[in-house]
This record gives sequence, structure tokens and C-alpha cells, in this order.
Amino acid sequence: MADFTPGNRPNALARAWDSDIAWSFRHSPLAVIAAFVSILIILAAVFAPWIAPHDPFNPASLDLMDGFTPPMEPNAFTGNVYWLGTDNQGRDVFSTILYGARISLFVGFMAVLFAMVLGITLGLIAGYRGGWLDSLLMRVADVQLTFPSILLALLIFGVARGFIPPAYREAMAIWVLIVAIGLSDWVQYARVVRGATMVEKNKEYVQAARVIGAHPAKILIRHILPNVMGPVLVIATIGLALAIIAEATLSFLGVGVPSTQPSLGTLIRIGQGFLFSGEWWILLFPSITLLALALSVNLLGDWLRDALNPRLR
Amino acid sequence: MTSPRKALVEVRDLKMHFPISGGLLRRQVGAVKAVDGVSFDIFEGETLGIVGESGCGKSTCGRAVLRLYDITEGSIKIDGTEIGTMGQGQLRRMRPKMQMVFQDPQACLNPRMTVAGIIAEPLDEHGKLSGKAKLDRVYELMDAVGLNRNFANRYPHAFSGGQRQRIGIARALALNPRFIVCDEPIAALDVSIQAQVVNLLEKLQDEFGLTYMFISHDLSMVKHIADRVAVMYLGKVVELAERDELYERPLHPYTEALMSAVPEPDPAIEAKVERIILRGDVPSPSNPPKGCNFSTRCPKVMDICRKLDPEYREARPGHFVACHLHDAGIMDNQTNAGSAGAPPRNEHKQQGEDA
Repeated sequence: MADFTPGNRPNALARAWDSDIAWSFRHSPLAVIAAFVSILIILAAVFAPWIAPHDPFNPASLDLMDGFTPPMEPNAFTGNVYWLGTDNQGRDVFSTILYGARISLFVGFMAVLFAMVLGITLGLIAGYRGGWLDSLLMRVADVQLTFPSILLALLIFGVARGFIPPAYREAMAIWVLIVAIGLSDWVQYARVVRGATMVEKNKEYVQAARVIGAHPAKILIRHILPNVMGPVLVIATIGLALAIIAEATLSFLGVGVPSTQPSLGTLIRIGQGFLFSGEWWILLFPSITLLALALSVNLLGDWLRDALNPRLR
Repeated sequence: MTSPRKALVEVRDLKMHFPISGGLLRRQVGAVKAVDGVSFDIFEGETLGIVGESGCGKSTCGRAVLRLYDITEGSIKIDGTEIGTMGQGQLRRMRPKMQMVFQDPQACLNPRMTVAGIIAEPLDEHGKLSGKAKLDRVYELMDAVGLNRNFANRYPHAFSGGQRQRIGIARALALNPRFIVCDEPIAALDVSIQAQVVNLLEKLQDEFGLTYMFISHDLSMVKHIADRVAVMYLGKVVELAERDELYERPLHPYTEALMSAVPEPDPAIEAKVERIILRGDVPSPSNPPKGCNFSTRCPKVMDICRKLDPEYREARPGHFVACHLHDAGIMDNQTNAGSAGAPPRNEHKQQGEDA
């Protein structure tokens, strides 16, 4: 007789490999490539301190004489060779990209997490409770949707800066950015979760949980949440790409992360100043990285959406 | 059968209206009167069958009795405790006494929980059993409903319809309930499996002394399992009687029509059966006809039926009917009416005032 221990699922790995979703992944070359590129960039960003040949944030290691070195060419004064060249301050572009992607990804992940937690919580409550609370939350969401999200993020960013004493602004900038992007993004999650909750709550297994006498919070977390997570994951993946782009846009506009901690957006802003003077590499390489990251994450999201849609199978 | 028995469930004038909102301001423009003034008792240890066609409110009635809805009006007493007006928080503590078996065995099990998780959920909610004791109880329940213990770790999708219904029954039994609403528990099952599940329900009733409210549209199955049967039409109970009495001597024209539709296995008898074919459709529960709800389709309709709603009365001892045809009979029998069953409306209104 098989021994029963709760949560013990035999051969979890084999079952995962055999699942529909894994099959669909293996048979979609685009998804495999997108996953490869995403994971490569994420790993490179996570391990930036060990991979990067230079520490772009350590002024002691920088030499202004190295400035404006073109890619793969020895510097005219020092003779140093940099893969992707250096910027105006002599920082290695490859290293700044690794560190920049690190910040971009951190902000992206945290913003999505924030938006997800907020959106899912409000969506579950609105969908399950219904009535005036539902109406109120959804009207707030409607109003918020009438503003472009980047404008909203700018607004939140501006207001937050007004409340934070100047001494902490630099240190808090990233967190303010995360909250600003997250707050401008929660609506999508809330709407999808609300819709799915309204469908799920009338299913008999939820009625069964009510007959058992389960607490509404428990019903929401244990029964409804796992069954509405599918569409949420799809939005979250695409939302990650959007959050990274939003962060880049805000940093490009100069309101994002401070220039002492450059993200990909900051690097692009710095680089575009040198485009017309001929130092194209300072702009091009961070832009390509941002493009590759956003595109591959987006493609993954698209694939996930199709893979989870039973009608497209 | 007429010896005084204890009523475990007492339902009085239960109404469940669902509001219809419309217009620009989403104001309430009407109501679907799914259950519109229903009274009955269910005695301890018996099975009350509820029959009626689709949309007559029998499922809504079952769910309203368990307070899955906030009822519009009326009183529901379970084991003497009034739950009709109870808040959902208090109600949760009453849940172990009353459980439900659902119609769709696929939909009533969370697809992301294992069988053991599903059956243990009520135990988690109401008991403080340790892991080992809980597991023993889960195994005990699986044995009781005839499920193999080795399947405890599997997910619902791995089971057949009949097995899934057994899981649902095991979950309902977990808290040792006294009263179970069976909401068309066999409607979604294959005919060969239906008998198994019904036999299981009967076995469990004997074993644990359960009281059932058995909702079904399958008249022959209800005849098999029920002690007493209530017939519903358009949100109202039109007739309620002991099973044999109802099947052999139906009083209400609607019940007569229903009974004539039961298929007869013997072709010789089948050829002689006279079917009563009802014309027209069931009126909308949001706009029921004036007078008797059945007056638009009744083959024996009289003038009074279109004007006056017939009262639900005890026509013979233990045999309740709401039909003008039997108004006279009521006069004769009222003096010696037995105490079994639900009292007529006038009487319970007084009860309501006392409470």
C-alpha cells in the first residue's frame, strides 16, 4: 500500500516533463530561443559582480584617459581594449550593461510583484464580495485606465518625491520607482482576477467549501486563487517586459534611478548625447540589450498565453 | 408511519427571490421568484424526495435550506435552531450538522487538490485532529464510501464520475452530519452507476442515521429512495405525501401528469398507460400567473384557479396539496388532520409571530 504523506507527489519532475505545457514549450522554437535569451540576460545580470571585467561604480578603477574607446580597438592613450568600448567617463560599456540590466530587472520584477499582489488581492475581494465594494474598486480602475500609465507613474513619482526628505531621495529612488510602476499597473491584474473569480465562485467546488463552513479568506486563497493564477501568470510575464520598458522610459526621461546607479534606461539617456558626435556604441549596446530582454520576455508571455489557452491547443 | 416523529428540519414559508436589476441606475426592476413560499418538515432519519421539472426551484430550495443563499423570507430550523436569519459567521459553526452532495461530481471537487486533501478539508476546518488521526479518518471515510485507500494521493481528474461522487459523499460525511441535502446526486451519472450511488446513500443512511433531502427529477429513483415526496412547480410545493400515497393516489393535476410520464418497464402495461400531456411552457418565475401557478397548463382548470392562489392544506392525514379541486375535501378532513407534516399557512404565521 502506498504511504500517504500530504503534498508528496511521486515523480514530480517526470510529471512536469510530461505535462502539456512542457510539451508545448519543447515544440515551440521561438519559445525556446526566447527563454534562452531571457535566462542568459537574467543570469548575466544576477552574476554581474563576478562576470563584469570592471566595476563601473568604483571611481578608483576608472581612468578618464580610457574615455570614448571604440569597441574592440585599443585606446589611443592607454592601449586598453574593451569589447564594447567605453563611455565618456571611461567606464566599460559591457560592465555598465551588466550592472544596468541588474537594476532594470530588479525594478521590473519588484514592480510586477507589487502590482500582482495589489491587483490579485483587490480583484479577488471585488469578484467574491461583489456589490458596492466591487463597483467602487472597478470605477477606480476605470478612472485610472483613462491616464496613460507612464504619465501616472510620473505623477506618483513626483508626489512621492515631494514627501521624501531630500537626504533620502537618492536611496529611496528605486523603491519609489517600483511603487510608481506597480501602482500604474495593478488594474490589469485586478480586472482579470475579478472576472475569473466571478466565474469560479459560482462553481460547485466553491459552494462545497462554503457548505463545509470554510472561512471566506480560506476559500479565496485555497480554492479560487490557484484556479485563477493561469491568466495572471501570462499578464505577469508580459507585464515584466512592460515594467522594464517603463523603468527605462522613466530613467530616460531622467526621473528614474539616480545616475550613480545607472539602469539600462539611464545608459541609453547618457548614450544618446554622443550619437551625433560619432560615439555610437555608447547608445547602441544598451539599447540592443534592452530590446533583446523586452522582446524575449514578451515572446515568452505570448507563448505562455497560447499554451494556456485550451481553445488554441 | 403516522406515529409522532421528531422533525429535524422545519421549513416555513421559505422565499428565495433573486433581484433583477436593470436600467441606467441598475435599480431593481423585478425578481425571479425561484422559491416562493415553501413549507415542509423533514423527520429524523427519513428521506424527503423533492421532484419537479427543470427550473421549478428544487435545487434553489435545497441550497436555500442550507443557507448557501441569503434567503428573502421565511424560517428554517435545523434540530430546533433557527438558521434562516443567522449570519454567515455563526452559520459556519452550524455547518458540521448539515452537509450537501452536489449534482456535478466533476465541478464540485477542486481540480488542484488530492482526494485526501478534499476529504480532509472539513476536518481541517472544524476539528483539531493531528496528522495521523486525520489520515485515519480520511481512510475510514474512503472505506465507508467504497474508495480504494491507495487512491488518496490522486487528483479528481483521475477518477470516473461515480468515483468522484463517492469522494463528494465522503467529504460530506467527514463531520458526522445529521442532515444531508442531495442535490441531484445521480443526474450526471451513467445509469449503471446511478444505482450504485443510490445504494451507497441508503447504506450510509442506515449506518449513520442520516436524514436526506433528496432532490431529483428522476421519479422512479425518488420512488426507490424517498420515504415522503414533495412535488414542486414554479417555486411552490404543490403536493407532499408519503411516497406510496403520492405515487398511487396523486391529488394535484400536476402530480398526476408527472406520474403518468414515469416509464413503465413492462411493455404490456406500458401500452395501457394513459399519458397526460401538458400543453404550453412553464411560466417565467419572474412573472408568475395570477391565481394558481399551474392554472395556465392545468387540464382541470376552473374559474377560481385563475383568480385565487390555492392554499397549501392537509387534504388527507399527512397528504398536503395546494389545489382548488380539493378545497372541499379539506373541510371534511381538517378536524381529524394528523400532526405529521407541515401545518397549513395560517398556523405557522402565528408561530412566526411568537418566535
